Amino acid sequence: MAKAGEITSPYKGDDINRRDFMKVAAGGLVAGGAFTAGGVALYDRENRIVTQKGKGMVRDYRVPDDPKYPEVVQLQGSDPVQTLTRALEAMGGIRRFVEPGDRVAIKPNIGWDRAPKHAANTNPVLVAAMVELCLKAGAEEVVVTDASCNDANRAYNRSGIGQAAYNAGARVLLPRKDRFREMVLAGRMLDKWPVYTPLVFADKIINMAICKHHNLTNGLTAVMKNWYGILGGQRNLLHQDIHTSIYDLTNFMRPTLAVLDAFRVLTRNGPQGGSFSDTAIKNVLVVGTDQVAMDSIAADILGLDPRTVGYLTMSDGDLGQIDLKKIRFKNLS
Amino acid sequence: MAINWKGIYVPKGAEQHVAADTPAAKDSIRKAREFGATSTKGRVLVWVRLVSQAFFLFLFLYLLVNTEYVPEFGDGMAVAGENGDAGISLDQPVNIFLSIDPLVGLSTAIAAHSLFKGLVWCLLLAIPTILIGRFFCGWICPFGTLHHWISGFMPSIKGGKRIKRNRLQPYMRLKFYILVGFLVAALFTTVQIGLLDPICLMVRSVGLAIIPALNYAATEGLNLLALTNIEIFQRAADGGHTVRAAVLTQDQAVYNGAWFIGVMFIGLLLMNRYITRLWCRMLCPLGALLGVFSRFSIFGMRKDHEKCTGCNLCLLNCQGAAEPQGGVEWHAAECHLCFNCEGACPEDVIHFKFFPRRSDVAVGTEMERRTFLMATGAGAVMLPLSRASSGFWENSNPKLIRPPGSVKEDDFLERCIKCGECMKVCPTNFLHPAAFEAGLEGLWTPVAIARVGYCEHSCTLCGSVCPTGAIQPIVEDQKYGKNGHEVIKLGTAFYNRGRCLPWAMDVPCIVCEEWCPTSPKAIWVEEVEVHKEREEGGEVIKLQRPHVDPERCIGCGACEYSCPVKDDPAVYITNIGESREPDNQLLLKVIPQY
Repeated sequence: MAKAGEITSPYKGDDINRRDFMKVAAGGLVAGGAFTAGGVALYDRENRIVTQKGKGMVRDYRVPDDPKYPEVVQLQGSDPVQTLTRALEAMGGIRRFVEPGDRVAIKPNIGWDRAPKHAANTNPVLVAAMVELCLKAGAEEVVVTDASCNDANRAYNRSGIGQAAYNAGARVLLPRKDRFREMVLAGRMLDKWPVYTPLVFADKIINMAICKHHNLTNGLTAVMKNWYGILGGQRNLLHQDIHTSIYDLTNFMRPTLAVLDAFRVLTRNGPQGGSFSDTAIKNVLVVGTDQVAMDSIAADILGLDPRTVGYLTMSDGDLGQIDLKKIRFKNLS
Repeated sequence: MAINWKGIYVPKGAEQHVAADTPAAKDSIRKAREFGATSTKGRVLVWVRLVSQAFFLFLFLYLLVNTEYVPEFGDGMAVAGENGDAGISLDQPVNIFLSIDPLVGLSTAIAAHSLFKGLVWCLLLAIPTILIGRFFCGWICPFGTLHHWISGFMPSIKGGKRIKRNRLQPYMRLKFYILVGFLVAALFTTVQIGLLDPICLMVRSVGLAIIPALNYAATEGLNLLALTNIEIFQRAADGGHTVRAAVLTQDQAVYNGAWFIGVMFIGLLLMNRYITRLWCRMLCPLGALLGVFSRFSIFGMRKDHEKCTGCNLCLLNCQGAAEPQGGVEWHAAECHLCFNCEGACPEDVIHFKFFPRRSDVAVGTEMERRTFLMATGAGAVMLPLSRASSGFWENSNPKLIRPPGSVKEDDFLERCIKCGECMKVCPTNFLHPAAFEAGLEGLWTPVAIARVGYCEHSCTLCGSVCPTGAIQPIVEDQKYGKNGHEVIKLGTAFYNRGRCLPWAMDVPCIVCEEWCPTSPKAIWVEEVEVHKEREEGGEVIKLQRPHVDPERCIGCGACEYSCPVKDDPAVYITNIGESREPDNQLLLKVIPQY
C-alpha cells in the first residue's frame, strides 16, 4: 500500500524506474533493429521473378530437334490411349522427351465446370494416358494442374481429370492463390504478370489442349490459347488484344510437347459449351512441338481458315508455321 | 487463475469473502484447498463436462471449416463419367448444430407453419432438456464453451465482487423478454431469432468473420516468409499454406460487413471479463427457451442447508448465477448443469439428483407481467413496421438477389435464420450477409454480390446446407432447366453501354460472352465495323458488341463477375425476372398451348 504523499504507479506490480525503463527500451531497440535488419537482408521482392534483359522472355522446355522424326503428327483413332501411344512412337517415343528423374508438369484445359461430354475440358482418359507414359519413361513426378476459370474444385472433379490423373499416378494440384508469383514475361503486351508457378518450375512441360470454338478469336481456341491457364491476375483485360496476348504466351512457353485433343470438339457456344449438341466427334489427335502448326490443324478441324485467325498470322514464321508443308508433318490418319 | 487439479477455483484470499466471518467458513476454504470437494461425483463430472465441451466445440469448428467443397482424389474413387455425374456434394452433415437447435425449429415452425425436414432433430435436444434441464448450455453449446473458457481466463473481477455478480440478478430476465419478442415476431411471420440465437451467431461470426480474418493474417504472414530468397523458408511457406488451406479456407473469402459481425462477436466474448457468461445469463434466447423447458425437469439440486458454512466457493465457480449456495432456492431455469458447484463444495452440501426436494428448487422465469406484455408488443410491431416501410413491396432494392432455389421473399423471411451456412459454402463467394438490401428485417440474410463471385452453373450447395428450407434443396437439372424442370433464374443481366468497352470505346472485349454459361448463350454478339476517326488516317476495325437475351439469361452474374470494368461493371444483374417471385417479372409470357 502506498503511503500518504507517495505517487503510485497506475500499473500493477512494482513501479518501474528509469534504469529498468532504459533496459527494456534498449532491449526493444536491439530486438527491433535485428528483426528489421534480418527482414531487409532476407527480403527479396524480385524473388522468383525471372527476368531476362533484351528480347522477350522464354521458358524453353524443348528437347533437341531430331530430323529423323516429324515435328507434328496427326492421327485418326477412337481410343485415346492407343492413339496417343501410336503418336508418340511416331515422334520417337516418350523417352525422347522425358528423361528418368524428370519432374514433368502437364497442363490440360480444366477451365470449366463441365462434363467430359461437353468437350470444354481436355479428355481425362488422354490426360491419364500421358501421365502413365511419363511415369513409365522414368519421370520422378508428374504434376497435373491448371488455373481454372470456374471454381477449380468443381472443374477438377466434373471434368474427370482430377481423379483420372490421380489414378494414373499424378500429383493433382489445385490452383491455390499462393501458388502464383509475379514474373516478367517481357512480351509485346504481357509484361509483369502473376504466373502459376507449378507450370513453370518443372523440368518438362506438356501442353494438352482441346480443340474448341471461341467467339473472340475468329472461332478458335486450342493449343496456343491453352496457355491462358498459366496466368493469374486480371486475366479478363487480355481480351482487349487477345491475339497479342496469345502470341506473348506462346513465345513465353515453349513446351516439351504439345497435344491437341480433337476426339470430341466443341463447335459452337465456346469456350465452355454446356450442351451435348454443341459438340462433334472428330476422333483426331495431333501431337507435336510446333504449336502454330497444331493450331492451324485445329482451325482446319473446326472448318476455319487459319489465316483468318489473328494470333496465327501474327506467329506464322516466328513461333511456328501455319503452312504444314514448311515443317516435318506426318499425317498417319 | 487458481484452478487446481481438482478442478476447483479457490482464489487467493478467498477467506476474505466468506458469507459470514466464521471460523467454520474459513476452515471450509482451507479444506477445499487441501483436499478438494467432498463429492467425488462432482469432481468427476466437472472433468467429464470439460471433455464434452472440448469435443463439441471441436466438432462444431470441424464441421464449419468443412462447410466448403474441396474435391478429394483418392484410391478407388470413381472418375466423373461422361455426363459429369461428379457427385459434387458435402460428405458431412455440416448443419447438424442448427438442426438440433429447438429455437430454430420452433420459430420457423411458428412462422412458416411447417417444420422443415431436418429440424425434427431438435426434439433430440428439446426432450432431454424438459427432463433434466439446460445441460446443452454447459456441455454442448460451442458459444457457451467459448464464454466459459474466456471467463475463466484472467477475469478482471475476483473475490467479493465476483461473488456478488454471480448472484441471481434482475437483468438476467432480459433473455426471456428477448425470447418472447422474437417468438411473437415469428407468429407475425418474420423470423428474427437468428440475430441472437447462439448457433446462428456462432456460424455467422466464426464462418464469415473470424475464419476469413485468420486466413488473411496467415496468408500474409506466410507470403512474407515466401518473399525471402531462402529455399527452406519458401518450403515452409508452401507447407504452411497447405495447413492453412486445410484448417481455415482454401482461398481467401470476403464478406459484406464482416467487420461488424466480427466486432459484435468479440465484444460479446470480452464481456466475460466483467461478468461471467453475461451473454448466456442475460441475452441468449436459446438459453431462455431451454430455461423455460427446464420447468418440468425431474433432475436438480438438493442442498443440505445445515452443513453449509457459507464459504462461497460454489458462487465463485458458478457459471449461470443459479444460486447454488446454501440457504436459498436453486434456480433451475438459470443453471447450465456445469457441476462446478458440486465439484467445489468442501462440505458436501450440494448434490445433483433425480427428483430433488421441492423446497430446494425454484422453477420459472420470474418475468414481470408488464414487461412481458411490452416484449409481446415489441415483437408484434416488428413485422408491420418493417413491411410498412418502402423497400419491401414497393421500391425494393434491385440488388436483392437471392440464392438459387430460394422461396419467394415473404416465405423466405419466414424461414431464413441468418446463419450464414449458404454464404460459407458458396464456392465463388457469391453470397453475402445483407446489410439493408432486404430492409432491417432482412439483416444478414443471404444476398448475392456478383462483383465478388457468381452463381456456378451446376452448383446446388447452398440449398443443400440450408437448415430451414429458405433455400430449397434443388437438383442440377433445375439450374439448367433440363428434363422437365423449369429453369431457376436469379435475375437478369443488363448492359451499361456507356461503360462497355466495345460499345463505348470501340475496344474488343466480350469476356462476358465467354463466361455466359447457358447453351445457347444468353449473351450474343453483334459484329460491327467501326471507323476509328480518332486516329489519323482512320482505321476500320471489326468489333463484337454484346447483347443480352432476357429469355435465356438466368441471372447467374458470371458476366458481371468477369467484366473487366472493375469498379462499376458494364454488365450487371438485378433481380427482375427471378423465377421465385411471380410478381417480379420482366417479360410477357405466351402460354405455350396457344
